[in-house]
Amino acid sequence: MLELEIDGKKVQAPEGSMIIEAAALAGVHIPHFCYHKKLSLAANCRMCLVEVSKAKKAVPACATPILDGMKVFTHSETTLDAQKGVLEFLLINHPLDCPICDKGGECQLQDLAVGYGSSSSRFSEEKRVVFQKDVGPLISMQEMSRCIHCTRCIRFGEEIAGVMELGMANRNFHSEVQTFVGRSVDSELSGNMIDLCPVGALTSKPFRYTARNWELAQRKSVSPHDSLGSNLNVQVKSNRVMRVVPRENEAINECWISDRDRFSYEGLNSDERLQKPMVRVDGALREVEWNVALDYVAHGLKDIVKTHGAASVAALAAPNATLEELFLLQKLTRGIGSGNVDFRPRRRDFSADAQRAGIPWLGMKVAEIGALDTVLVVGSFLRKDHPLFAQRLRQLARRRGKVSLLSVTKDDPLLRLFAQVTVAPAQLAAALAGVVKAAAQIKAQPVPAGLESIEPDEAARKIAQSFVDGKKSAVFLGNVAEQVDNATQLQALAAELGRLTGARVGFIGEAANSVGGYVAQALPSGLNAYEMFAQPRRAYVLLGLEPELDCHHPAQAIAALKQADLVVMLTPFKHAAALDYADVLLPTAPFSETSGTFVSTEGRAQSFNGVCRPLGETRPGWKILRVLGNLLDLPGFDYESSEEVRDVVLPAGTNFVTGLDNALTGAPALAVDGRFEGLQRVAEVPIYFADSLVRRATALQKTHDAGLPAARMNGATAASLGLSAGASVRVKQGQGDAVLVLAVDETVPAGCVRVAAGHDTTAALGDMFGMINVERA
Amino acid sequence: MAILGTINPMLMAGIDFDSDTSWRLEGYLARGGYAVLKEILKSETGREKYISVIKRSGLRGRGGAGFPTGLKWGFMPAFRGGQKYIVCNSDEGEPGTFKDRDILRFNPHAVIEGMLIGGYLMGATRGYNYIHGEIYEIYKRFEEALGEARAAGLLGDNIAGSNFCMEIQAHHGFGAYVCGEETALIESIEGKAGRPRYKPPYTASNGLYGAPTNVNNTESYASIPFILKMGAEAYLDMGTVNNGGTKIFSVSGHVNRPGNYEVPLGTPFPKLLELAGGMRGGRQLKACIPGGVSCPVIPGARMMETTMDFDGISKAGSSFGSGAVIIMDETTCMVKALERIAYFFFEESCGQCTPCREGTHWMYQIIHRIEHGQGRMEDIEVLDSIASRISGNTICALGDAAAAPVESFIKQFRDEFVYHIEHKQCLVPLDVQRAGSGFFKATV
Repeated sequence: MLELEIDGKKVQAPEGSMIIEAAALAGVHIPHFCYHKKLSLAANCRMCLVEVSKAKKAVPACATPILDGMKVFTHSETTLDAQKGVLEFLLINHPLDCPICDKGGECQLQDLAVGYGSSSSRFSEEKRVVFQKDVGPLISMQEMSRCIHCTRCIRFGEEIAGVMELGMANRNFHSEVQTFVGRSVDSELSGNMIDLCPVGALTSKPFRYTARNWELAQRKSVSPHDSLGSNLNVQVKSNRVMRVVPRENEAINECWISDRDRFSYEGLNSDERLQKPMVRVDGALREVEWNVALDYVAHGLKDIVKTHGAASVAALAAPNATLEELFLLQKLTRGIGSGNVDFRPRRRDFSADAQRAGIPWLGMKVAEIGALDTVLVVGSFLRKDHPLFAQRLRQLARRRGKVSLLSVTKDDPLLRLFAQVTVAPAQLAAALAGVVKAAAQIKAQPVPAGLESIEPDEAARKIAQSFVDGKKSAVFLGNVAEQVDNATQLQALAAELGRLTGARVGFIGEAANSVGGYVAQALPSGLNAYEMFAQPRRAYVLLGLEPELDCHHPAQAIAALKQADLVVMLTPFKHAAALDYADVLLPTAPFSETSGTFVSTEGRAQSFNGVCRPLGETRPGWKILRVLGNLLDLPGFDYESSEEVRDVVLPAGTNFVTGLDNALTGAPALAVDGRFEGLQRVAEVPIYFADSLVRRATALQKTHDAGLPAARMNGATAASLGLSAGASVRVKQGQGDAVLVLAVDETVPAGCVRVAAGHDTTAALGDMFGMINVERA
Repeated sequence: MAILGTINPMLMAGIDFDSDTSWRLEGYLARGGYAVLKEILKSETGREKYISVIKRSGLRGRGGAGFPTGLKWGFMPAFRGGQKYIVCNSDEGEPGTFKDRDILRFNPHAVIEGMLIGGYLMGATRGYNYIHGEIYEIYKRFEEALGEARAAGLLGDNIAGSNFCMEIQAHHGFGAYVCGEETALIESIEGKAGRPRYKPPYTASNGLYGAPTNVNNTESYASIPFILKMGAEAYLDMGTVNNGGTKIFSVSGHVNRPGNYEVPLGTPFPKLLELAGGMRGGRQLKACIPGGVSCPVIPGARMMETTMDFDGISKAGSSFGSGAVIIMDETTCMVKALERIAYFFFEESCGQCTPCREGTHWMYQIIHRIEHGQGRMEDIEVLDSIASRISGNTICALGDAAAAPVESFIKQFRDEFVYHIEHKQCLVPLDVQRAGSGFFKATV
């Protein structure tokens, strides 16, 4: 610790800190624009110039390391003159259009202009005009004349998002921030640049001109998308969500959120919102009153249980339903005597359920990722599935951590990888087994049974060596690793690698409540999420789910639903496909209109309140299920609040749930055989098709990431089929098919066809990683 | 243009400017070149000894800032392992400066030898000479000189039969003045836009590709072999107290023979002027910028009493700079001269930091307005205040360089600015200006 004096106050700060940080410790604010605690130092705005003892000129507080005994004067004449000078320079070419600027009211330049600016300007020349740029549907660069060249957006792209999409072109007074010619900003973290911009140069396109920020009520919430549980501030005006911005939480999302978290709110205001319950009468869905709809459901379920038995009822929830909803859904299902309940519709392999030592989770706190030195991510579209998790690994890689990726496509995770292995889904286990065997060989341990025939290749040995060398290492299983046919085997192999090298094993987790569903016991004691469609039931209760887009085998799910006598959907949206098979639609509140709890991948239970009133006659899911329980005469459905429900699941005051354990109690067979014949499908769930809310976020749907799915395969595979890029092809799985455009994509491994799930055009297909046929359409 | 005159030259001693062999390796060897390098490579005595000679010689950087070269070399962590770099700054882009061009043209091997000695003494094995883009033929000549040295075993592996290996490459810029700033130059070599870095860290610890790097001017490197050959004392004896050695002055403007002149430091200015053939048309010296346009202007009378060395020019209220002596006679409109200078700095600002990006353009806008008869009396104070708010508040010295001429022109020639504003025209009549420019036929 060094001791210095700031404005006469003695301050202690760690060696190596900058003056601006030491001042912050002392509660002294030094004005700045380009400085940001998460970005590299630029020292280009010069707003933080301060007078320092023994220095001839004012120094930038953001880039000047403190010295013992240093004296800093943040309000001296020299300091103020320098700062006023800089502010004058910044303002001369800044259009003073605050009254029509979206940033007005939350603008750093505006705030400082009040503090340091003069009431009139000495500048009487012509102001600079900077031409607007179109960088895509999310960020507006309409008023680039406002830019003060702080380069925060540029540094964010390079350092945090991992891709330099913006840069400073030209020089001198003609410098301007722009993209590469004709390119847009496509990073899945791009929206953070809007927050970073200290002026109104980068603004949110969807939010633009819809509200003034002082009209907005700011309410806390939690992201319903990925498993990180990003903290949000949801801004509401007249009972409508207008904007979502990050709520800083260093342990979770730091000060960032992904574009999916930020812009998905547009789905909340979608025209497809269901506002009144609907029941199928004479073949058509008609709007009815709540009591009619609920009576219909209760009677329907009772009838089916009576005539076909309780086992003919199945319930399936989306993994981003709240903990309370998941708990009540399983309680209700079990209450009527059925064990067919699940919350993992995209899973195929459930054999781990019988062997789990506890609840699968990340295996560590999110904040601990930064302290790792060696990481292997298995089976993940890392950057698109988990944008901020990928960001943490990117920072790790920047600090020379060894991050390797073993997955089913060679997508660029925009981080410095130590090794990248890309194999067909069927070979994933064999590739991981190679790493396990290599680790055993390096450690001179007996080769685990079943891996005798595996021959580790050079990449496997390289990764294994990094794990043997690593002091703090971890294997993370991504979404693909959970969705493939042999997920349990991958888990067992990861555990084996952990046993051999001391690495920790974790699941990144698919959705907001991927851990919470286990906590709520929304798990099958009868048929699981796959079996309940493979063996069609008479009645289905679906919570927050769009089965043709959210299930592992959508064709099978739809077939089962179409033959069922009763399909009850608790959903915020009225979507076209459901009109075919649903018998009852109950308007259920999305995350913004209900209280609830998400348990993130690190086991952190985060409860939130609704940020606005439910739309129309929408009701919170927990209330609907509670009343249904009453109507079905089930005991223990007397909850008065969602908190009461939560307190049954989690002891009051729980921050982190207990019972987390990734170990397998049984000894699953490790023997792997990576051979496969024909073509294998590789199905990613594109980032903006991942759940029902984001599918309706109009701006996100205009991004490149939301493009139409294509049949992607590498050149050799296409050639072996006698097809070329741009051809219209029919892809078939079982009875279902889809007509897609063939795209030649060398990131897809040989023998594989990458066809996205989660999209209407591919909803008739089968297993996400099943065999697939491709023929000329 | 060549070297037009010398007094006791060091760098240009014995060179035949018209010969095509004098600049080549054979010519340099004939003048005793590479002897010092070979001696150092053979010598058992420590490297410290040679650096201390340079320190004692008092050699101050010839690029503009005048930082003591020996001291700078001492900052390099010579005995720490890892890659280190020697960079020669031949990016002389300041209006009025053209000395490095002639050094590279007439004595390129002196620069190579200086860089090799630097590399050996500081433990670097790779050097770059950054030559500005406008002098492509010089770049090619330097490449040719490197080829000769390589062929003669004086560059590359096992130089002159020793264990010392070093490679030097020429790198040519694209004409950005700011790339003469050492960290912008480094960024440019790295393939990035030439924007200066914030210092600290300084280049001696974190320079090219993040490695310790020593950056010196061409003339500084070229002087090294001569200093080590003659010894610190002999070198000091060439100039005046505290200002040893010789300096190449680039004399331009209203003189009869503009060009480069190598003279000992401390030479009286009238002597240099005489060497340059005196004032053109026998006119009076009105003003002189003694070190390139980034240095404050000095009125003619004062200049005539000045000696050409660091202390003398500093005493006269300006700075030594790179030795670019710009001569202006009484036909010069000082507002127009400043407008041109201000335009240069506005155009060449990298645009990175606020005061320079915004301030240089604002100053130009105002001076342009005054020159075109639209000035207001308060403009003079505004100009002064802009200059003072740029000065010292920027990342690199370009801001100071842009402010100094504005401040000094206003200080020394305020009446001309006032006249311009009041009468909406120049104090110096236009036909007089035209006569002085040499491009128009009219006579005074």
